[in-house]
Amino acid sequence: MKTNKYKIMTLSFLSIAAMLVSCNNDDSSSPDFTGNYVQQDQMARPAINTVFIAAGAPKDAFNSTIPSSMGASYQSVFEARLLALNAGYTTNALGQTAAQLTGLLATDVLNVSKTAPTTFFDGTNVLTGRKASDDVIDVELLLIFGGPMGTSNPGLTSDNVNANDKAFSTSFPYLATAW
Amino acid sequence: MKKTKIVLGLSLVAITGLVFMAADHIDAPAVTGNASDITDVYAFQGQDSNNMVFVVNTQGLLTPAGTAAATFNENVLQEINIDTNGDNVEDLVIQAIRKGNDMYFFGPVAPGTTGVTSTVKTSAQAGKVKISAYGSAPVIGSQNGMKFFAGPRDDPFFFDLGQFKSILMGTATGFNNPGTDSFAGTNVLSTIIELPKSMLGSSSTINVWAETKQKQ
Repeated sequence: MKTNKYKIMTLSFLSIAAMLVSCNNDDSSSPDFTGNYVQQDQMARPAINTVFIAAGAPKDAFNSTIPSSMGASYQSVFEARLLALNAGYTTNALGQTAAQLTGLLATDVLNVSKTAPTTFFDGTNVLTGRKASDDVIDVELLLIFGGPMGTSNPGLTSDNVNANDKAFSTSFPYLATAW
Repeated sequence: MKKTKIVLGLSLVAITGLVFMAADHIDAPAVTGNASDITDVYAFQGQDSNNMVFVVNTQGLLTPAGTAAATFNENVLQEINIDTNGDNVEDLVIQAIRKGNDMYFFGPVAPGTTGVTSTVKTSAQAGKVKISAYGSAPVIGSQNGMKFFAGPRDDPFFFDLGQFKSILMGTATGFNNPGTDSFAGTNVLSTIIELPKSMLGSSSTINVWAETKQKQ
């Protein structure tokens, strides 16, 4: 019968609509995160890309390289940059040759200790993390320009900006309120 | 003599096109000024010494006037990569991605595949937090033993970038004392996670890096 057919069709449509509604409800409680996400930027140690990689396309290329591939691709590039920055480089305060320092830096990961104090450098611990108050630029300038005793090129081994412009909190979320 | 050599070296650098920007603020043309541009990464022990804190900052050099309009991008996945066995390949990832007014967090969990392409590990959702608004008190999420924050913060980075540029260009031979913090008075968008160290494997040291990944 026609009426029955209509009823059945209407009911079917209604049930489909109901299913769609319930699907939408599910979506709003657990959003859609499907898809592939491809690397655009990479960073660990401060200022590494900016100091050691030439402007433009090479920076994009470095940013899309995974750390396990960086050493082989970039150590020699970094060494050439280091010697361009400081033609008189011999060793640094850590006793590293140009090849050793750039071999460390070219693989851009942050080494983090789960047992020792976490700091970029605190006078005792070296590269055991990075906390917000660490004067990372002075550490890097010292390692690039300071020579074996840390005393070479005194005008280049500190930028004389030694702390942030706002105090950090000792509790979560640690960083200061926005300006 | 030494000084001359250095100046020559620096000039060479300037000539060969090195433009020193900042920690990694505005470091590369493909990402500069957008939600994928990581400015700094931090990893340090929390107030509770059993915990580790990870900070990923993006979108550097926001002025106070421009901060309220800065937003996380729903198509940009932020990923903290953690290598627990010293081969510089991630064994664990912590992922953060915005949906609507919230930042969702996943992990730490083994990635589906290592390397440049990721999928969101939805089976390992750790929690979510409402994205904090500019000018408001920070909203702190607390789930599964972890804490979460997403929103604007003062840029914690400090550096006399202006003087360094002058040195590279050969118009100065050294830093000033005192120097001038080129990042004073500027903000970033921060994603901050605190979690028990016990969730990060059993090794005493880990290698950590952050990535931003664009949805295809």
